[in-house]
Amino acid sequence: MAEKPELSMAAYRQRTRRSLLTGGLAALAGFAGWRWVQDQPQSHNIPTVLRKGHEFNEAVWSGLFREDHQARTFSRSAASILRVNGRQGLRSEIDLADWQFTVKGPDGTTLGTHVLNDIKQLDYFETTIEHKCIEGWAQITNWGGARFRDFMRLYEDQLPDNISHVYLETPDSQYYVSVDIETMRHDQTMLTYNNLGVPIDELHGAPLRLTTPLKYGIKQLKRIGEIQFLTEAGRDYWGERGYDWYAGL
Amino acid sequence: MSLDTNSDPQSPPQPIEPTKIAVLKHRRGSRWMHWINFPLIVIMIWSGLRIYWANRVYAFGILSWEWFMFFPESFYTALDLNQRLARGIAFHFTFAWLFTLNGIAFVIYTWRTGEWREMVPNRKSLRGSLDVLLHDLRIRKTEPPKRGRYNEAQRLTYSLVIFLGFLAILSGFAIFKPTQLSILTWILGGYTSARVIHFAVTIAFVLFFLVHILQVARAGWRNFTSMVTGYEVTETDTSGSNRTSPARQSMEAADG
Ligand code: HEM
Repeated sequence: MAEKPELSMAAYRQRTRRSLLTGGLAALAGFAGWRWVQDQPQSHNIPTVLRKGHEFNEAVWSGLFREDHQARTFSRSAASILRVNGRQGLRSEIDLADWQFTVKGPDGTTLGTHVLNDIKQLDYFETTIEHKCIEGWAQITNWGGARFRDFMRLYEDQLPDNISHVYLETPDSQYYVSVDIETMRHDQTMLTYNNLGVPIDELHGAPLRLTTPLKYGIKQLKRIGEIQFLTEAGRDYWGERGYDWYAGL
Repeated sequence: MSLDTNSDPQSPPQPIEPTKIAVLKHRRGSRWMHWINFPLIVIMIWSGLRIYWANRVYAFGILSWEWFMFFPESFYTALDLNQRLARGIAFHFTFAWLFTLNGIAFVIYTWRTGEWREMVPNRKSLRGSLDVLLHDLRIRKTEPPKRGRYNEAQRLTYSLVIFLGFLAILSGFAIFKPTQLSILTWILGGYTSARVIHFAVTIAFVLFFLVHILQVARAGWRNFTSMVTGYEVTETDTSGSNRTSPARQSMEAADG
């Protein structure tokens, strides 16, 4: 209904009463909505509607994902060693000489174990990208290692077609992530053992870690102890603590 | 406002409160979007600051001399911004869509109704805004004229703040999906630069908000309620060459 361009004072007064009432009710409704969000049952540490919000974003942005679209790369001279953040999963001692990791299928059966040399057999790939932390800082660094895609090829025959996620955890199982398969198959997603051309140090994930500029740092697990191929999303350390499971960039 | 309805010469106007009339100032769509925007922007600022808390890096200063750090510690405690990154992000990325949708709806509405004409500044607006400022600060006595609904300073600030809204959205998406939306991120000078813009916009919003509240308080209750009722009472010209009275008469006739 179109509004009249002008009102008499009598009509205006009536209008004012009605509008203030509507406004008051709308404000109350808004406030109730706000309480409703706050009082929602929690879904992994955030109100369920907000978890749904994350899932909506995941649907939108994974739908728009293009495997041939690369994250921006930089010149090697711009790279520096990342600041250290997050020691979950790195607190126990590690004997690098003795280290190995296992690979499991969706049902949990062990498909293989690897030492660092197995990964070094795969094509070497180096890239300089901007690493982004969900806390709000970003830094350019250089990673060297093998593409995860090439590694996965070793297992392609043993895996069902419907692999949707890859789960990784540290040797002590204290830190773990789940990453969608599209990201894992991307060109820039790597099993990384070099940082700025030299072996990666312990606090940055020695001897082998996951890196990808397509996700925030929380997904780029340091010190791999186990890799499992999954047919649905798996556990995720920060996802369970209120963050987005997808965490894509 | 153009009205071609004419009064019936046979029935002269009834002089009910002849000097006052309520004129439509804000249409229904504008009002709803304005008030929907208000809580949304508050939520965006608040959740954004919870994100900022996790990496508090911006400050004003020259070289190593720091004049003002965003923000003092007490600020975070007072607003419950400590240790709330995950929740901040969850609110921010969900409500970002609502803020964006409301913003887009507002622009479409303003365009379709022609309301934008009341808001766009022109070449004289900068000069005119200075006059308004001087008047508001009581340095100059004469009140600068309004051009239509708003004076030049209002035109300038309202246009600017709508532009800022879109800058918040664009820089927000640029740092939300810097790879998938790499062109946008590139336009804004890269991830770090887009992030600075995003934060600066937030500060600008807060400054606008403070001035806005002050000005609305100064303009009085009836100006404030015009954003709720849509209508504002104006004194009509008693000389007879009254622009609005014919319309008013026809309206009263319709009401009767
Ligand atoms: C009224 C509008 C908005 C305001 C006031 C606002 C405010 C903020 C603030 C203060 C921050 C923290 C900045 C920092 O730490 O550097 C932030 C972060 C962020 N905002 Fe906004 N924002 C708005 C709209 C949006 C929109 C529409 C999006 C789009 C999705 C968005 C996406 C983001 C992202 C991705 C971050 C960084 C999150 C992270 O690094 O974990 N914002 N925002």
